[in-house]
Amino acid sequence: MRKNTNINIKEIRKDFPILNRKINGKDLIYFDNAATSQTPKVVIDSIISYYSNYNSNIHRGVHALSQEATNAYEDSRVKFQKYFNADNSFEIIFTSGTTHSINLVANGFKKILKAGDEIIISQLEHHSNIVPWQMLCEETGAKIKVIPIDHNGELVFSEFEKLLNSRTELVFVNHVSNALGIINPIKKIIDKAHEFNAIVLIDGAQATPHMKVDVLKLDVDFYVTSTHKICGPTGVGILYGKEKWLNKIPPFFGGGEMIDQVTFEKSTYAGLPNKFEAGTPNISGVIASGVGIDYMNSIGLENINKYEIELLDYATRKLLLIEDLKIYGVSKQKTSVISFNVGKIHPYDIGSIVDKFGIATRTGQLCAQPIMDYFKIPGTIRISFSFYNTKEEIDVFIEALHKAILMLS
Amino acid sequence: MKIKEIQEELIDEFAMFDDWVERYEYMIDLGKSLPLIESKYKTDDYLVNGCQSKVWVNAELIDDNIVFKADSDAIISKGIIAILIRVFSNHKPNEIIEASTDFIDKIGLKDHLSPNRANGLSSMIKQLKLYAIAYKTKINDE
Repeated sequence: MRKNTNINIKEIRKDFPILNRKINGKDLIYFDNAATSQTPKVVIDSIISYYSNYNSNIHRGVHALSQEATNAYEDSRVKFQKYFNADNSFEIIFTSGTTHSINLVANGFKKILKAGDEIIISQLEHHSNIVPWQMLCEETGAKIKVIPIDHNGELVFSEFEKLLNSRTELVFVNHVSNALGIINPIKKIIDKAHEFNAIVLIDGAQATPHMKVDVLKLDVDFYVTSTHKICGPTGVGILYGKEKWLNKIPPFFGGGEMIDQVTFEKSTYAGLPNKFEAGTPNISGVIASGVGIDYMNSIGLENINKYEIELLDYATRKLLLIEDLKIYGVSKQKTSVISFNVGKIHPYDIGSIVDKFGIATRTGQLCAQPIMDYFKIPGTIRISFSFYNTKEEIDVFIEALHKAILMLS
Repeated sequence: MKIKEIQEELIDEFAMFDDWVERYEYMIDLGKSLPLIESKYKTDDYLVNGCQSKVWVNAELIDDNIVFKADSDAIISKGIIAILIRVFSNHKPNEIIEASTDFIDKIGLKDHLSPNRANGLSSMIKQLKLYAIAYKTKINDE
């Protein structure tokens, strides 16, 4: 176990096999961490170990392997319960990802919402936190209201207060904007929404890689994220829900494992969390996700946050020296994400050229078209840092960016 | 010049370059010589579906030949469509429909493009060929 005081980047980088890759003959520089984080060897090994030693279906066999797999799977649930400081482990539901978690909740409110009810989302949302609610509104006749942003990309809280009223049933906001990296004042939003008895879901996909999340302190009703952004494998999501709400909404999928009694007339559902985990889940993925947060904890979220902010400040300073470069999303409350454009150069052009230098960035609308429409741009170039990135990599990127600008001007 | 000959010419031109930087720079230069579409055609109706950046293409029939014009909001896409237009423009619909597209692989263009851009390239070729099919049908009807 590493000491919890300092980050030793050299040692940490050894934990990630992919960082040895060459791309186009250059050392890989991975600056697309907001899309997915890379996977440490311990996590990869845990998947190999699962399939090599105790691959078995969970919750249903009396044999030793099934017991081992079940225990490891449920241990992972407890790890996430502690990670998010939830009251009960059954309030942690494993899904296939953030999108699945959001859809599960949206589907759950189909029979609860009535025509005329109102749902508040924000202009900063990822498409996955817009479309499911639009689908819900189409079915129920509820209406969507949108919290606007200002020119810095920050939510206008006073406008949010104006949108709230007795018809507000649900409020959905992301904890951190995927496109801009701005940290939203979710505690204030949750408290204000609760004054109107509205239920709040927070999309934490872009927050959990960078900070400690305490669902009890936040008093949030639902909190969702994906584990592939926190050193886990792809295909596993978390849905935290307060017990009372999870009991109130119906299951999303029907199938094995989620039932209590089945006759051809009617089935009764199992209790939490099984009610929402029909069929054989992503067992190895869930177990490996638990190993992923063990790994994050071994470095320490505070250390991670501190170091990533150092990278953010360093890169921001360097970028702002470039002529005509505009950063979107200006706030003191940011994660290590920078979205920018250079003059009129199309973000795809820059992304394509820096890729030739082995640098992975994200370009385009970033699944957040409403933000791009607000700024009237076709998209941005987004670089996002994780704790295994270095200032030297930022220097290489800045150099590549200069070359790209030269070629494209 | 026949389509096949223009393709050979392009293959030779790109073979002169040693690395991707020079190929990209050449592609960007070709984009600058692209016959630009009139601004009235830069609407959603003329957009090529399947490109992540915006690429507009229009085709007109002049003396039995199809003449393409295009533009893009991204410089590299503009280079790509410029290459395609140099190959396919000013030819009869049938020639365009029947033309092989294996010069793309011979230039090594796809190796240098991201999967998104490679898909965009295929969409552009499809769009040019669809225009040719549409004009062929129109000519046959008349």
